[in-house]
Amino acid sequence: MSRFVPKFARTIWNTSGLARYILLIGVLITLVFVAFAVAAPWIAPYGFAQNSIDGVRFPKSAGPSAQHLLGTNDQFYDIFSRVVWGSRTGLQVVVTSVVLSALIGVPLGLVSGYVGGWTDRILVFLMDALYSFPSLLLAIIFSFMLQERVGGGIVAAALALTAIYIPQYFRVVRSTTVSAREATYVEAARAIGARPITIMRKYLFNNVMQSVPVIGTLNAADALGTLAALGFLGLGIQPTQASEWGYDLSRALDNVSAGDLGPALWPGLAIILLVTALTLVGEGLNETLNPALRRRRLQAVSFASVPATKATVTEEVR
Amino acid sequence: MSTTTAGSLPRYIFTRLLLVIPMMWVLLTMVFLLLRVAPGDPVSAAVGDKLSPEALEVRRTALGLNRPLIVQYFEYIGDAARFNFGNTISDRRPVLDIIQNQGGATLTLTLGAFLIALLIGLPLGRYAGRRRDTAADAGIRVFGVISYAAPIFWVGLMLILVVIRYVPGWPTFGIADASTEFYVPDRTGIILIDAISVGDWISVGDILQHHVLPCLTLGLLLSGVIIRLVRVNVIQTMKGDYVEAARARGIPERQVIRKHAFRNALVPVITVIGLQFALTLSGAILTEKTFNWPGLGNELVEYITKRDYIAVQGLVTFFALAVVLVSVFVDILNALVDPRVRY
Repeated sequence: MSRFVPKFARTIWNTSGLARYILLIGVLITLVFVAFAVAAPWIAPYGFAQNSIDGVRFPKSAGPSAQHLLGTNDQFYDIFSRVVWGSRTGLQVVVTSVVLSALIGVPLGLVSGYVGGWTDRILVFLMDALYSFPSLLLAIIFSFMLQERVGGGIVAAALALTAIYIPQYFRVVRSTTVSAREATYVEAARAIGARPITIMRKYLFNNVMQSVPVIGTLNAADALGTLAALGFLGLGIQPTQASEWGYDLSRALDNVSAGDLGPALWPGLAIILLVTALTLVGEGLNETLNPALRRRRLQAVSFASVPATKATVTEEVR
Repeated sequence: MSTTTAGSLPRYIFTRLLLVIPMMWVLLTMVFLLLRVAPGDPVSAAVGDKLSPEALEVRRTALGLNRPLIVQYFEYIGDAARFNFGNTISDRRPVLDIIQNQGGATLTLTLGAFLIALLIGLPLGRYAGRRRDTAADAGIRVFGVISYAAPIFWVGLMLILVVIRYVPGWPTFGIADASTEFYVPDRTGIILIDAISVGDWISVGDILQHHVLPCLTLGLLLSGVIIRLVRVNVIQTMKGDYVEAARARGIPERQVIRKHAFRNALVPVITVIGLQFALTLSGAILTEKTFNWPGLGNELVEYITKRDYIAVQGLVTFFALAVVLVSVFVDILNALVDPRVRY
């Protein structure tokens, strides 16, 4: 593992053009939000459901002030604190759902692609049906169903989002597996009597995993939007459980009708920034990790064995 | 759909229509499994706190919910095939009635949004594709990214805010003023058509005004997709040999782009618009909530909050039907336009 990280970093560094910077900007913005999420209790001046201090109520829908950096909303909450706590909720839900859907989707795709036959056909059909359904509608149904069983908390939201992203991993992993299955090295493994489980684990897994980080980050961006949409419709995380940007925006509807910008602006900007950042990371990773898209930088290659005239060879590999 | 037999259009349409049946069946089964098998009892979820246990039992029997699930399943599939989506538990309304009354608002919202998306997306996409890697191109691409990243309801909120500040008096919620809704008779379920049919031009104007903001909100979301697609397609077709040939014949660049490159770049747009139907539906639900639009999405959200399983199941079934039918329609349209698809 210790050898993997520098190699990974070197691949990114050696890529030419915009891709590196896109990745870098995306990672930086994401890190800010991760810092918000991790250090929320220290960064946020108040709790996410705190509407008074020392027995004195916060002002309602007030503008920015020294006590309330971004003002307060119609529920007497401090908007800045809500935004900071909201990043914790968002990242918790998104990371859980992305990890879970990859954990389910990748093995399913591997098995489906490798085993083939009727298992494959049925799984593909099911996943296509799931995929063709509007994802927000699916998330609504799942959260509707889950609220009865696990309540309207972070877990329910994460599980509802998990369901809608499984087909994406399944499709990509399955198609890579189908093409990798016929490769000579897999045939060789089969010839020496490797069991299917061994082939999938040792020969195919690393190959098909290439695209998973890219899909993962892009899904994370999408999941964040869907989570906010659920919250906006009042079907996501219940306000008593955690601070959530989408819910805050639904509360801001009244403020907006009264011509008040603050409560609507900040949670929305937080969503846009984080979604854009995650998309940039995804696109950046795609262009740096995918050998078909990557353009290598021109690099000076020095040959130590020719000391007299230090020959410099440049090469470009697409 | 083998490659050896010559692909004829009727044959393609026939196979495509046959595939609808299993697809529909899978979707309906999924809806049934999710909404009926998994949760507890629909009746007590919807009206449990208002009625005595005996009264609940009567309701359950009346709705046929105490029969074995497998019987209910077959009944559900059979009903859905005949476009019967059941009656709601909470207010005993036929779901079909809801669809007829509220569907029109959703329809005009989405059609208007598509119109705006095309009006914004086609020229911008074409311009960005022609002027690749210029500042204008970069700006248009950034617009595309942001229109994807910004939550549609947030865009709606910001538009409302701008309109309230700078265009006082412009309607920001609902599909029509109360007086308009009172005077226009309900005939087709589509209030715009009703108003036009009775020649009530003041009402038509009022309804159109109400349409502007919601359609623009949803249209902006869709235009991002169209811009990206048209841009890439224009860039690709511009590399084509026939474009080069047209240039060599001395046809002015403007005309080369309009007649030779742009038209061909439009073919894939049809497919993608079809594929975006699911996105449109999701966007419509959120837009309706933002603007208090009396459409199906708002209705769905309301019944979900009431925990009315039958209403939710009925509406979701209708959405599923719509998704499948649109995908078939787009495939057939594509086969008509592009002969390569038929093979």
